[in-house]
Amino acid sequence: MIDLQTTWFLLVGTLLAGYAVLDGFDLGVGALHLLVKKDEHRRVLLNSIGPVWDGNEVWLVTGGGALFAAFPVVYATVFSGFYLAMILVLFALIFRAVAIEFRSKQEMPWWRGLWDVSFSLASIGASFLFGVAFGNVIGGIPLDGAGEFSGTLLTLLNPYALLTGVTTVALFTMHGAIYLALKTEGEVQALVRGWINRAIIFFVICYGTTTMATLLYVPHMGETIKRQPWFFVVVLLTMLAIANVPREIHRRREGRAFVSSSLAVLGLFALVGIGMYPDLVTATDPARNLTIYNASSSPKTLAIMLTMALIGIPLVLAYTVGIYWVFRGKVKLGPMSY
Amino acid sequence: MDVEILSRLQFALTIAFHYIYPPLSIGLGLLLVLMEAIYLRTRDPLWQQITRFWVRIFGLTFAMGVATGIVMEFEFGTNWAAYSRFVGDVFGSALAAEGIFAFFLESGFLALLLFGWDRVGPRVHFLSTVMVCLGAHFSAIWIVVANSWMQTPAGYHLVGTPPHVRAEITDFWAMVFNPSSMDRLTHTVLGAWQAGAFLVLSVAAWYLLRGRHLPFARASMKLGLVVALFASLASLVTGDLSARGVARNQPVKLAALEGVYPANEPAGLHLFGWVDERAGRVIGPQIPGLLSWMIHDDATRPVPGLDAVPPGDRPPVNLTFQAFHLMVAIGMGLIGLALLGTLLLRRGRLFRTRWLLWLFVPAVLGPQLANQLGWTAAELGRQPWIVQGLMRTRDGLSPSVGAGAVMVSLALFTVVYALLFVLFLFLLDQKIRHGPRADDLAASGQRA
Repeated sequence: MIDLQTTWFLLVGTLLAGYAVLDGFDLGVGALHLLVKKDEHRRVLLNSIGPVWDGNEVWLVTGGGALFAAFPVVYATVFSGFYLAMILVLFALIFRAVAIEFRSKQEMPWWRGLWDVSFSLASIGASFLFGVAFGNVIGGIPLDGAGEFSGTLLTLLNPYALLTGVTTVALFTMHGAIYLALKTEGEVQALVRGWINRAIIFFVICYGTTTMATLLYVPHMGETIKRQPWFFVVVLLTMLAIANVPREIHRRREGRAFVSSSLAVLGLFALVGIGMYPDLVTATDPARNLTIYNASSSPKTLAIMLTMALIGIPLVLAYTVGIYWVFRGKVKLGPMSY
Repeated sequence: MDVEILSRLQFALTIAFHYIYPPLSIGLGLLLVLMEAIYLRTRDPLWQQITRFWVRIFGLTFAMGVATGIVMEFEFGTNWAAYSRFVGDVFGSALAAEGIFAFFLESGFLALLLFGWDRVGPRVHFLSTVMVCLGAHFSAIWIVVANSWMQTPAGYHLVGTPPHVRAEITDFWAMVFNPSSMDRLTHTVLGAWQAGAFLVLSVAAWYLLRGRHLPFARASMKLGLVVALFASLASLVTGDLSARGVARNQPVKLAALEGVYPANEPAGLHLFGWVDERAGRVIGPQIPGLLSWMIHDDATRPVPGLDAVPPGDRPPVNLTFQAFHLMVAIGMGLIGLALLGTLLLRRGRLFRTRWLLWLFVPAVLGPQLANQLGWTAAELGRQPWIVQGLMRTRDGLSPSVGAGAVMVSLALFTVVYALLFVLFLFLLDQKIRHGPRADDLAASGQRA
């Protein structure tokens, strides 16, 4: 029987993984946005995520709320410790949101160009900063006796974290390109198909480097798999999912390619989770690690919220699937489009 | 400036700017449900045109709400880490509930509301509108519950030893239905309905004055007046209930709202005035005994004043007093406007009474100002506490965040929000000038 803390480790993980799969492709589309030049094509890119991006962002909002409620100590330490980085994430998300909303509301080329650049930079910036944050939480940050972050902004910009930042951008770019191949047709799709292989290669190089760096510099991430080798199945499945993407793209089965790439994102998240458990934040002094036990809310609150999650999450999944189903198929521009 | 005042300024700026938009999502959400319901009943293409026009405005305000809303959730952790550790068990669960039950619903069905016209039938589209409206209201419920717990904490106990004390839930429903949450929730939601209704009225009045889109403007005006009148009158009731609740649960806040100093005497009511905080008195006309009567139904009963607590436990009195009194004055003005509009409408003269229409155009600012002032009074009046009686605001800060970092973020928020506000007004103005689209009158837009 798994305890409440572990359940919430899994639930917060699920919400953040859901965010990575869903908003991951939105951010990836943003990263690729400036590669298409024609206005109409850019509108196709924007409208491919138009109906869904803000629903996808809610996974982050709810994941953040769940983290606050289930592990308030982690929420407080990480958000205040990474202060300026978090503020930058906020500005990236603000600019992404308003760029999508504002861009096509005026005809002037400078106006559209400005928001196109905002949209793209904000998407790349948010992906990168999420990756940097994860890299730090995994790689270890200096925490004082009271559990407060005692480093600076420069502490956060260490090589390992920068590497995980770039890897996250690469992952989302690949994921976004595959999503675009699924949602577009004709000229735009031809353009997108040309990027996919390069995006995959870029990601695989980043992934390989990050894996090596993790084994060398953050060996504790491999301990669980060493002790319980059957977890290696997750590594294998993740690799297979990544390898399956070019195969499906080649056979023009974009839907399956997208499923593969989503599974790859989930697999990577699962690997981070397996490596970290039961820690939530690694401290440079391991005695100060924030774990699911020393950072959690009371069992009563965890139990109340579990009830909420058991009622809420099935509902959310049901109508989210329904809404994606309504918007299935290729993007068509209409009078209500962005 | 020290980190406390900077962090408070930043929170005040970001929440005030954010709070321009959620009341519009809530209020316009309700109006959209009514508009689309009328369309489904009557199948009158005019109501389809009205619905679609306001859906476009709704999309813009909603996007601004989303963009500025996520800031609020992050800020508890970034700037108020000690507070977050203290209340996470209680406050965090309300916030998580808001995500699961409100935000997913709202933004999921928003996709169908904005982009689903040709993809789903009219009934499913209407269902989506209802869900978006419900989601916006659910969001109000959880966030007002969370804030009300900070005003009147209930259903918790304190665990740990200083400095690692934290509040833990003992009774979830006592936390949700804490003494102030229902009065404040109804008052907040009615304020949001007013914000939506007066926006519709303002635009409709402007079209009437310009002689443009007349059928559209007349129909919008009638519906807007119904909601405005109901919400404005009901606000009076919930406002009175809230004030009685404050008198019971937060006597120091009540004393600040009304500028009452004597520790234990019957108190009068100032319609307006200026608080001389040093001398401990209010300069302005007073109706003796009225406050005692309003709270206790007895003009001779005493009301505890600010002199009963040490100066260090008092909120900034004049600011609280002014914010509260301005809110009340604006609320009364809105009631008057809504009553007058309804009266003239019933007599068939409203659309020709140009001076009144001219008053409705700027009246859109009324609910917005009153909402902002009401929250200002509520939050300032709780000071110096961040959680009434349990934690002082200065003890809630993030120990690892210095004044320099907050200075940088505050400067960035100020510049970016100023820019966004100008752009928002520009785009809103363009949409209003452009007016309803003629092709929205053609009922073919929806699948039969």
